[in-house]
Amino acid sequence: MSLNEEVELLRSIPLFANIEPSKLKLLAFTSERLAFQEGQSLFHQGDIGDAAYLVVDGTADVVIEGPDGNKITVAQIGRNAFVGEIAILCDVPRTATITATSKLDTLRVSKDLFFRLVNEFPTMAVEIMRELAHRQEQSNLQLTQANQRIRELENRAG
Amino acid sequence: MEKTIFGYVWRFSRRQQITMTIMSAASLPFLYLFYEVPKTIINEAIQGIGVEYPLNLGEKMTVSIFGVDIPLLGPFDLIIDQAPYLFILCAVFLLLVGVNQGFKYVINVYKGLTGERMLRRLRFELYGRVLRFPLPTFKKMSQGEIIPMITAEVEPLGGFIGDAFSLPAFQGGYLATILAFLFLQDWRMAAAAVSLYPLQLWLIPKLQRKVNLLGKERVARVRRLSDKIGETVQGVQEAHAHDTSNFILTNFADQLFWIYGVRERIYRQKFVIKFLNNSIQQLGPFAFYAIGGYFVIEGQLEIGTLVAAIAAHKDLAAPWKELLNYYQMQADASIKYDQVVSQFGPAGMRGPDYQLIEPDDLSPLSGELTATNLTLNDDQDAPVVDGISLRLELDKRYAIVGSGGSGKEELTLLLARLLDPDNGNLNLGGNDAAILSEAVTGRRIAHVGASAFVFAGSIADNLFLGLKHRPLAPADYDDAGAKQRATYVDEARRSGNIEYDLHADWIDYAAAGVDDAAALRQSGLAALKRIGMDEEVYQFGLRGIIDPTVRTDLAVAILRARAGLRQHMADDPALLDLVEGFDGAAYNMNASVGENLMFGNPVGDTFDVEHLAEHPYVLDVLEQVGLTEQFLSVGFQVASTMVELFADLPPDHELFQQFSFISADELPDIQALLQRSDRANLAALPDEDRGQLMSLPFKLIPARHRLGLVDDDLQAKVLEARRYFAANLPEDLAKSVEFFDADKYNASANIQDNILFGKVAYGQAQAADRVGVLISQVVEELGLHETVAEVGLSFEVGIAGSRLSTAQRQKLALARALVKRPDILIMSETTASLDSATQAGIMEALLADFDGRCLIWSVQRTSMASGFDEVLVMRQGRLMERGSFAELSESNEYVKEMLASE
Repeated sequence: MSLNEEVELLRSIPLFANIEPSKLKLLAFTSERLAFQEGQSLFHQGDIGDAAYLVVDGTADVVIEGPDGNKITVAQIGRNAFVGEIAILCDVPRTATITATSKLDTLRVSKDLFFRLVNEFPTMAVEIMRELAHRQEQSNLQLTQANQRIRELENRAG
Repeated sequence: MEKTIFGYVWRFSRRQQITMTIMSAASLPFLYLFYEVPKTIINEAIQGIGVEYPLNLGEKMTVSIFGVDIPLLGPFDLIIDQAPYLFILCAVFLLLVGVNQGFKYVINVYKGLTGERMLRRLRFELYGRVLRFPLPTFKKMSQGEIIPMITAEVEPLGGFIGDAFSLPAFQGGYLATILAFLFLQDWRMAAAAVSLYPLQLWLIPKLQRKVNLLGKERVARVRRLSDKIGETVQGVQEAHAHDTSNFILTNFADQLFWIYGVRERIYRQKFVIKFLNNSIQQLGPFAFYAIGGYFVIEGQLEIGTLVAAIAAHKDLAAPWKELLNYYQMQADASIKYDQVVSQFGPAGMRGPDYQLIEPDDLSPLSGELTATNLTLNDDQDAPVVDGISLRLELDKRYAIVGSGGSGKEELTLLLARLLDPDNGNLNLGGNDAAILSEAVTGRRIAHVGASAFVFAGSIADNLFLGLKHRPLAPADYDDAGAKQRATYVDEARRSGNIEYDLHADWIDYAAAGVDDAAALRQSGLAALKRIGMDEEVYQFGLRGIIDPTVRTDLAVAILRARAGLRQHMADDPALLDLVEGFDGAAYNMNASVGENLMFGNPVGDTFDVEHLAEHPYVLDVLEQVGLTEQFLSVGFQVASTMVELFADLPPDHELFQQFSFISADELPDIQALLQRSDRANLAALPDEDRGQLMSLPFKLIPARHRLGLVDDDLQAKVLEARRYFAANLPEDLAKSVEFFDADKYNASANIQDNILFGKVAYGQAQAADRVGVLISQVVEELGLHETVAEVGLSFEVGIAGSRLSTAQRQKLALARALVKRPDILIMSETTASLDSATQAGIMEALLADFDGRCLIWSVQRTSMASGFDEVLVMRQGRLMERGSFAELSESNEYVKEMLASE
């Protein structure tokens, strides 16, 4: 797959959707194309985050290990998923382990590069803010729904 | 050393000085004749004054001494005419030219050699003294001061030494001869000619003394200057880190200013002396003209006598000037000698025998180490080690604990005899340490400090340094080599240097407990393993380059490893994508276009990958296979992409360095180039532009850059170019490239690349790590691990070990101490710079290793002392208490305090 195809792929990610093609091209060019074998992990929960990954092809499991050592697969991801961005945005350790469940093709965007691009191109920063705000709104919505659900359950129980 | 330079010269080159003086004297008559013959030629042979022709040469060449006639040509008559007489005299003149120049040549060479030998002796003596300085001397004297003293400052002495005795003897004799001649002619005139000499003899030394003082100051200032330079080189990192370059430069400029000032005064004084000298010299003729002239007018003096006196005075001028010059030169040389020598005799310096003499008894130390009232003061006379008396058994392991300034480090230095105590005694297994030679202390004891030094050279050089005390097995020489060696020894003797052979085998195998070099390498690797450095050395080995013609067996084994790696990859599909092997018939997507084209390693700079596009042969190959157009077009596309991607970035942006094919400086040029070029007609571009575009495709690595420019057609053509490149390579370029050959060891590539024989693939997660594991596995399977590690022993560590990390240097120094199997190993916070896991590993290994031997370890953390037989607690220079760790950590408040604070 060549650079141009990668640019197309980046464009389909909401986070990058509104960014000029030439900037996306720079992002693609300076990112590393990285393939994982089935069973290999992109990163482990608790690691220091150094990069985000864009899944170009293949599937992977997102696994969270609870304090009691229980492992729960919280999601399955596939083509076009952008993962690992939280750890590089907020400097927190990885919140989950991601393991390839098939041959997995990714584009690795390093933390340095990501921040440099954000610094360099304010449009990108705005886009990220927009995306994060959007996610926040989604979370709020889900939280409200969950609260409502709990109240319903409590009422039923009471 | 001798107090004055004359004492030194006389002591060591008396014979040469006398020989030179005799040779100079012997040349004198010929010199006289050389000036005499032309007079005879003009007067007698040409003008015929005082002779009648034909002439009886036999009769003429007869001299009369004390009334006895001695015919120089024998008792023959030789009648010749005027012209032949002229030619004979001219022939004599020619002969004299040869003889005089011959004398000059021989004397000069002899002088030069004598001077050089003396210089060599002096330097050797000074250097030997540096090795015997007590360690605290180096706190006051930096290397920046020592180096110029031994190199530049003594250099002019060599020239002076050749003249030291012969010049005054010769010129003095010359002067005396002329003076005697003058006095015989007319004593008044002679007295007049030299009447001003006393004034000069009184005045010049007076002035010269001032210049000498200035000279001393200059030497001291220049020394300080080189000290500053040395300091800057060492601390350059701090200069950058704190932006102090301007301050440092100003400091330097200040020093230069003062040196200039001294120089200025020296010049003024020196030329005042010259001025006075020359003026006084001219006063002579003035006196002759005025006084002598008056006497002539008065009729008291004949005109002829006056003219002769003036001529004689002129003759006197030359040797007199030489003597005065000599006086200045010797003043200068004396200062330099004084200045240097006074610095090389610090108090407490050990005698030369202490290092040079090989003692008869080198048996292992056993029994006890006893110290009585051991005291060491610092330079302000405050005690650092304060009256320590102790008794240690040489089969036990001791830890010394205490805070930073407790004197524990100094105690280890005293015990290792690296420092001499100001007071008290040290006894090592029944021997008084004060009179033990370094051969005993340096072989039976090992000391490793907190930041041990590693010398430039290989790891093996450093590892086995502690075994090189004396040459033990002579080197093998052929006839020419043996002859050269004999000359070497002869010269060494003439200049009082050490006669040992640098190329002999110095390694004391017995001391390491082995029989030969191979076993020693094993033992060295074993020591490195105990210290935990074996894996690092193995890695050095993998990156090492070997000569397959010398190490044929290893090269063959590496080729087997290459095959083994291929087999592993074939067996496991998960590994297959990790490496793209070199295949002469296939394009390698993980290698650059340039590498694909050349399909080999460049040897030397001819086919340097960075400048491949500039080589005429490479360009010719492209032209021959019809690739030029395509390369131009690809180059154009690369350039366009780069401009598109990077044009908006500020020029100093890091992305340029990391990713761009074009540097930020070139980008505007390239932009302009793209604008003025017509894509359809790139061939029409001027050569320079074409060159710029052509160079870009060479760097393309398809798997990495993913620009989609290296398509199937281009790949096929590059393969064709690869074949053409190899097939038509001119004879003179054949040595500049070593082609990849699946069945051949590539001498210009390292071991790892030879095993790999391909490129680690881009875009495979953790590819490099996984390939490393795979290579190790293959190497292990073939039993090559140790062999590769041995190659790692020849890794060059760089200046002062700069290619090693601090931890590696420290580990190497410790392994060096282990290899020589000391009776007592003394360590002072040796592992402080290592990480705690490595520290613990080393501690465990050494405690086991020295069970039943003597280990004295001053530890940086009190808790480390738990595994030792006994613990010594140091506080404020005194031995506070000793006992087992368990007891002390219960009962000693100070120990408890230190443990709690860790």
